[in-house]
Amino acid sequence: MTLTVNDVKRIADLAYIEINESEAKETLIQLSGIFNLIETMQAVDASTVEPMSHAQSVVQRLREDEVTETDQRELCQSIAPQVEAGLYLVPQVIE
Amino acid sequence: MFNASLKQLSSQLAEKKISSTELTTEFLNRIKKFNPEYNAFITVNEDISLAQAQAADKMLASGQAGPLTGIPIAQKDIFCAKGWLTTCGSKMLSNFISPYDAGVIERFNQAGTVNIGKTNMDEFAMGSSNETSFYGLVKNPWDVAAVPGGSSGGAACAVAARLAPAATGTDTGGSIRQPAALCGISGIKPTYGLVSRYGMIAFASSLDQGGPMAKSAEDLALLLNVMVGFDPRDSTSLQRDVEDYARDLQKPLAGLRIGLPKEYFAEGMSKDVESAIERALDEYRKLGAEMIEVSLPNAALSIPVYYVLAPAEASSNLSRFDGVRYGHRAQSYSDLGDMYRKTRAQGFGAEVKRRILIGTYVLSHGYYDAYYIKAQKLRRLIAQDFTAAYQQCDIIMGPTTPTVAFNLGEKSGDPIQMYLSDIYTSAANLTGLPAMSIPVGFGDKNRPVGLHIIGNYFMEAQMLNVAHQYQQITDWHLQSPV
Amino acid sequence: MQWEIVIGLEVHTQLSTRSKIFSGASTAYGAPPNTQACVIDLALPGVLPVLNKGAVERAIKLGLSVGAKINSPSIFARKNYFYPDLPKGYQISQYELPVVQGGSIQIQVDGVEKNIRLTRAHLEEDAGKSLHEDFHGMSGIDLNRAGTPLLEIVSEPDMRSSAEAVAYAKTLHALVRWIGICDGNMQEGSFRCDANVSVRPRGMEKLGTRCEIKNLNSFRFLEKAIDFEARRQIEILEDGGTIRQETRLYDANKDETRTMRTKEDANDYRYFPDPDLLPLEIPQHWIDRIKHTLPELPQVRRDRYVSEFALSAYDASALTSSRETADYFEATVTQLPAQAKLCANWIMGEISGQLNKEGIEIAACPINPEQLAALLARISDGTISGKAAKTVFESMWNGELDKNVDAIIAAKGLKQISDDSAIEKLVDQVLAANAQQVADYRNGKEKAFNSLIGQIMKATQGKANPAQVNAMLKKKLAE
Repeated sequence: MTLTVNDVKRIADLAYIEINESEAKETLIQLSGIFNLIETMQAVDASTVEPMSHAQSVVQRLREDEVTETDQRELCQSIAPQVEAGLYLVPQVIE
Repeated sequence: MFNASLKQLSSQLAEKKISSTELTTEFLNRIKKFNPEYNAFITVNEDISLAQAQAADKMLASGQAGPLTGIPIAQKDIFCAKGWLTTCGSKMLSNFISPYDAGVIERFNQAGTVNIGKTNMDEFAMGSSNETSFYGLVKNPWDVAAVPGGSSGGAACAVAARLAPAATGTDTGGSIRQPAALCGISGIKPTYGLVSRYGMIAFASSLDQGGPMAKSAEDLALLLNVMVGFDPRDSTSLQRDVEDYARDLQKPLAGLRIGLPKEYFAEGMSKDVESAIERALDEYRKLGAEMIEVSLPNAALSIPVYYVLAPAEASSNLSRFDGVRYGHRAQSYSDLGDMYRKTRAQGFGAEVKRRILIGTYVLSHGYYDAYYIKAQKLRRLIAQDFTAAYQQCDIIMGPTTPTVAFNLGEKSGDPIQMYLSDIYTSAANLTGLPAMSIPVGFGDKNRPVGLHIIGNYFMEAQMLNVAHQYQQITDWHLQSPV
Repeated sequence: MQWEIVIGLEVHTQLSTRSKIFSGASTAYGAPPNTQACVIDLALPGVLPVLNKGAVERAIKLGLSVGAKINSPSIFARKNYFYPDLPKGYQISQYELPVVQGGSIQIQVDGVEKNIRLTRAHLEEDAGKSLHEDFHGMSGIDLNRAGTPLLEIVSEPDMRSSAEAVAYAKTLHALVRWIGICDGNMQEGSFRCDANVSVRPRGMEKLGTRCEIKNLNSFRFLEKAIDFEARRQIEILEDGGTIRQETRLYDANKDETRTMRTKEDANDYRYFPDPDLLPLEIPQHWIDRIKHTLPELPQVRRDRYVSEFALSAYDASALTSSRETADYFEATVTQLPAQAKLCANWIMGEISGQLNKEGIEIAACPINPEQLAALLARISDGTISGKAAKTVFESMWNGELDKNVDAIIAAKGLKQISDDSAIEKLVDQVLAANAQQVADYRNGKEKAFNSLIGQIMKATQGKANPAQVNAMLKKKLAE
């Protein structure tokens, strides 16, 4: 597998991280090295193995349907970048 | 006093030979004196710490104290603590005063310990040298030219330099054990699911596990008694009977079968580390243990598998840092998308961005099966290797790290070399097995060497027994750089 | 060319739990902004989700009601994308292994039955809301809705007209309310439809390129949007163009759909199993327990009304449009087992008309089933006429005389004249006074008969039993 500068830019775009041309080129070199390491996985045939998502084979525990939270708006919004009238403000959302 | 064990501090507090306020003040003074050099703490808040100490003194006076009441504990800055700046080593959270307590912080508060400060760490726990912290690198107190390891580098440094009697850490690929080894202290990552992840800022959810870092196995046992416990707010927290992790410390080791994976004793381990490990194994032979060669055929896969799964989970876990509800927001931007992109480009450091990009890529359309699913399949093979090995032995040992602490700056420009520092440790995260590191001597440049002990699931008490018995006949854990 | 329209619907139903799907914050509608967004809903660093049992229970209910398979285990996955109303930067949803798989729903259009297959129904969390009022050129974000449990119900592309799509949506809407998993309030966004629309030449098997229309929050908009979209696609194809796969938005003001995003800028959602949540296992005994709590389903009741009460399929469908209506009907008919048709007519006519007029639900109907049955009993035993019954009904609705039917009849003097000799006397009087009309009738002027009836009814102020008057008049004229 060969990564390109365009791949780097595409994934930076998906991840919403601004990246300029020279950063993209530098990142490409590093990521290519890391993917060479990652590619060693492909030498092993694991086609018949079940993927393992969790360390323990336990199942989801369920919460009773009860309201346990109280209004913490003031506290939570005391650390917000920009609020008004109880709302979090962001640059205009265009739909 | 700053060299005292937790048990000693506990009895001095109980016998009123010292107050928590005095003890806390002493450690705060040490931090004031030494932290400018080591940079082990990001935040110290004397007012809160002393208020907690006074509250602890009241508990002690009223006879309601537990074993750790009044003892100062350094908390890794990954644990949200109400009213404390909680940065996770990142510029992104440089203004984040947590409105809530992590499960671990709650348990320590209930135990009446004192939060002595928030320790430095690699940004979002991504690093093995503590050099990725936005708040500056941490020095290894044994040799200030060396890294302390990471990501819990501030915690390891604080304990080694006696700036705190004990500390908390978190371990996603070795972040408790590797800095413990490099700083000559003891640290344990318990079985996945024993320590609540609620309020522990997520790096890779299926691998992250909190644990204690301290001078000795005995101290770790007392700390685990506080840290371990079911938390209904964490879906992956396990509901189990309460254990006393100190119950088996005194058990003799005669007949213990120690598995030595041949893959861990092959090329890669440096000579100085190897000889320290061999000497430690000799001590275990003297204690009556039997050495058995075992094999973990897929051991070499743990690094590539880890560097697919951890970044994949991280890329998603770190999407919440968008400058909308808390944390850093870029000063100027043209529109919403630009605000996101600039906020995240400015708020995250280079290593974090690198891992987000790796993770985004391996999850993206067309690559998911080849990378993410493949890595999850290999994860199972790695776990099966351990299951097979535990048919032959009780416990597994090897080196925690391939070399002693490297120099500051030595690997910071080479991510792959840095990633390979986790070569022996990441398998325990992939499998969820408990693992610990204890100091077993010194290697090149008189830098500490750690012995890696990997137990079977839920065998923490046995591991602590195995570590404690070694620490009864050796004194590496008592040595300090200060 | 003859075109065939192909429609599949994705319906987001907000589940009627008290608390959110992954947090203990309230789901109540209309609270001041962000007062019901707890640290978990706000995606503060370190917080974790724990699944609400009530949400799973409701998903199982839906699955059982449509004859679907309940998957165990089912898996929660993260759908990754950035949007200010999505605090975590991902939505917890289900991708592979949704909780409900398959199943089907019977619809009726113009008396014709049709089976619409379901693909799946999966649990997920709702997003917050962006408010576009101008805050100095910025938008405001309210996260009260973030984390509200949703069940997204996805159909197969089995519908062939907007009428079928509306019938499906209405049937589903009635069903989710019937089984009590969703309040169905479309104004508040509790039941939201997205339509996948494509067209193809009739007879062709391959599906055309589809467009997804979002933002359809009423049945009328659903119908109009599909009609517009189908016309738009047909026009493009007839002009030799091709359809571009895209997501479109319905603008109710202009009655048109317009491009929201094309497939090219469609997100790469990077679904993967959420490591914070474990596989959801649903043991058979849980399913069985829920099965026992399920009410008799509308389909079953409808069939039963046809067989048990000899109602038409149309009447049976109308009565089972909501569980409350059906329950009301049953409570009424229990009192009057032989008069099911009369009960049905009154519930679908007077009762439903009056409820509509006053904009209230049947649960709040001022006349209860026992009272209605008492009124209808007086029609069927001939005490009052149907016309008089309407007057009684009005009095009862207004709460007069404790809604006592007999008291109202007496007070208003509405009792019908059913005594044969009295009626005969009346008829004789009217015939005597209208010799000309009698002659006209006998000469073949049928209309004269109605005029004579009118005279008799007028003379009794409408109280004579019309059937008896009719028979008596015929008898007398034939003499």
